[in-house]
Amino acid sequence: MSLITLIPLFPLIGFLINGIGFRHVPKSLAGLISSGAAFASFACALTLYLGFDGQPQIVHLFDWITVGTLNISMSFQLDQLSLLMLLIITGVGTLIHIYSIGYMSHDEGFGKFFAFLNLFLFFMLLLVLGSNYVVMFIGWEGVGLCSYLLIGFWNKNSNYGDAARKAFIMNRIGDLGFLLGIFLIISNFGSVEYAEVFSKVVDGGYSSGDKTLFYITLLLFVGAMGKSAQIPLYTWLPDAMAGPTPVSALIHAATMVTAGIYMIIRSNIMYSLAPETLDIVAWVGLATALLAASIGLFQNDIKKVLAYSTVSQLGYMFMGLGVMAYSSSFFHVMTHAFFKALLFLGAGSVIHAMSDEQDIRSMGGLRKKLPITFITFLIATIAISGIPPFAGFFSKDEILAHVFEHNKLMWAFGVFGSIMTSFYMFRLLFLTFFGEFRGTEEQEHHLHESPIAMTAPLMILAVLSAIGGFFNLPHIFGGHASLAEFMAPLFAQSNIEHVAVDESLEITLMIVSVVAALLSAGVAYFVYVVKKNVPLADGQESGLQKVIYNKYYIDELYNTLFVKPISALSNFFSGVIEFLVIDLIVEGVGKTVKNLSSEARLLQNGTTGYYIFAMVLSIAVILVWSLKSFLLG
Amino acid sequence: MQQIPDVIREIPLNYYVWFSTALFCIGIIGVLTRRNAIIIFMSVELMLNAVNLLLVAFSSYKADPTGQIFVFFIMAVAAAEVAVGLAIIVMIYRNIQTIDVGLLNKLKW
Repeated sequence: MSLITLIPLFPLIGFLINGIGFRHVPKSLAGLISSGAAFASFACALTLYLGFDGQPQIVHLFDWITVGTLNISMSFQLDQLSLLMLLIITGVGTLIHIYSIGYMSHDEGFGKFFAFLNLFLFFMLLLVLGSNYVVMFIGWEGVGLCSYLLIGFWNKNSNYGDAARKAFIMNRIGDLGFLLGIFLIISNFGSVEYAEVFSKVVDGGYSSGDKTLFYITLLLFVGAMGKSAQIPLYTWLPDAMAGPTPVSALIHAATMVTAGIYMIIRSNIMYSLAPETLDIVAWVGLATALLAASIGLFQNDIKKVLAYSTVSQLGYMFMGLGVMAYSSSFFHVMTHAFFKALLFLGAGSVIHAMSDEQDIRSMGGLRKKLPITFITFLIATIAISGIPPFAGFFSKDEILAHVFEHNKLMWAFGVFGSIMTSFYMFRLLFLTFFGEFRGTEEQEHHLHESPIAMTAPLMILAVLSAIGGFFNLPHIFGGHASLAEFMAPLFAQSNIEHVAVDESLEITLMIVSVVAALLSAGVAYFVYVVKKNVPLADGQESGLQKVIYNKYYIDELYNTLFVKPISALSNFFSGVIEFLVIDLIVEGVGKTVKNLSSEARLLQNGTTGYYIFAMVLSIAVILVWSLKSFLLG
Repeated sequence: MQQIPDVIREIPLNYYVWFSTALFCIGIIGVLTRRNAIIIFMSVELMLNAVNLLLVAFSSYKADPTGQIFVFFIMAVAAAEVAVGLAIIVMIYRNIQTIDVGLLNKLKW
């Protein structure tokens, strides 16, 4: 069995052991099995990476569906893209598993939690390993399911259950688009294997702007919208914060939500031939980045801020994809996985220390009590704000540089978004770790730094967030853009024509965005540390601030536009159709027969003479009937 | 010595028909009106024999032995049926100390 098959197998085995043996596997063992499974996968992925020779490998497991000429096989594909995704998923996944041992140690559903985490890893690995769209779709659905299970993990709280359902339904809407896209691919190319589809696209002589490719890519992008939380399907992600914090870090920040980006990079050959779709992708990404960042400005729940920041960063990635800067977007996926996982885990550490308090208005001054958490959180904040030399700076500026080539206006909006990012992240940092403690005395008494199982992953991720940018150091800083070079074969057939950016211009752009980020960090420092402002209590906001605090009332809008009409329609169906059609006709037939038979059974009265009489009478009737011509002449 | 079919043919066919019809009706009336299981049983036998008689008569008039062979079968089956039937009646008597079929009305809805 090759190493490639082993990678998803380990988490699956871990899931089976912890899932079937839930309540029987002791706690200490459950965490160990799961983390071990994740680490084993990581080790396999690393071995594969080190021995990778640049040639895509396809491992065929078995033929799954064969209908006519269409053959869908269960097979895995190992190439630059899936290798990098594997490393991110298993690497960050392992760290988060270890972290969860500490974070979830007091929870009843400890074993169940780890079983779900492993199941998630399995599906996510299936998603990135599959060599055709259908295997990707299995993983796609599977991670959606795990996301649902883990958001509603504390299922005794019905709000959490609602959040889980919301995530599931929103994802389903997107999945429908993805599925239709797959159908369109099948009907046009007669195959779902990446290699075959792409070679048919290249050889088929499709010109740029072809209608078929436009529809396929657009439908696939609808799928990406759902999974990667873009306008208009983003509202589930902030609510998904109901799940345990490690889940938010693993699924709703580092891995699952980047599946949409993975899918578009995977299909880059088709996207590059569909400029209209790319425009849509870029503008949707930009709009999402700005909207989410502006909502993040006034949120007071530590995890909500991070959630909106995730949505906003995903927007940046899509913006990068929209201008065909595929490798830059992927670079951002990677650095984002590091620093966003770190931010969430840091937030988890804070929440853990604060006895499950998530409101930053009740925090403050935590830097002395939680030194490790503070330093790692600070590194992540600098990284996400795009201040050099930490990871976020390189990846974000690469995207922005490509956007600048494409459209200057879009670039200006992008920089504006990164100013907001810097502001809300530093606001979060200052409110949480600086100033005076604002919580209750009991909480203050309980404050403690987290155990080593939790701080170790923080430190590793902090190192990665700090140096992650050097994996793809651009030429102007003396680097080799090694990531972009590594991924280049993926885009070889895409005919991307990049105008080489003037180096001095690139440096100017960088300086502009860094200065902007630093300035807004300074403003945040002034407002929240020097002036010691604390956000107002709920319900005291006014004007624009109130609108933003309530997330532009988008949830309410969706509620009025979609939920209410649909539930009205359902009520109509259950009240009228159900009553008239189901009750009256369907049940009516049954009831009539039953009533008739309850009358008819009285004939069977048990008296023998009566039966005999009936028999004789019947015989007489039959006799007369058959002899009627004879008798009547 | 006269042949039996010839003897039978000395009486007109109509008479046999009417006679066995009468016999059959007596049997039916017996079955319908009496409540004693044994009497009902005897009436059933009467009906069977009415049919037998008719079969023999027609067989003789048509000079076709099939009818008479049929009668033998009916008699054999009837004998077996009497054995089973009487056994059932004995069991009924053992259970409810009567053979009045009017009391056997438990077999209903």
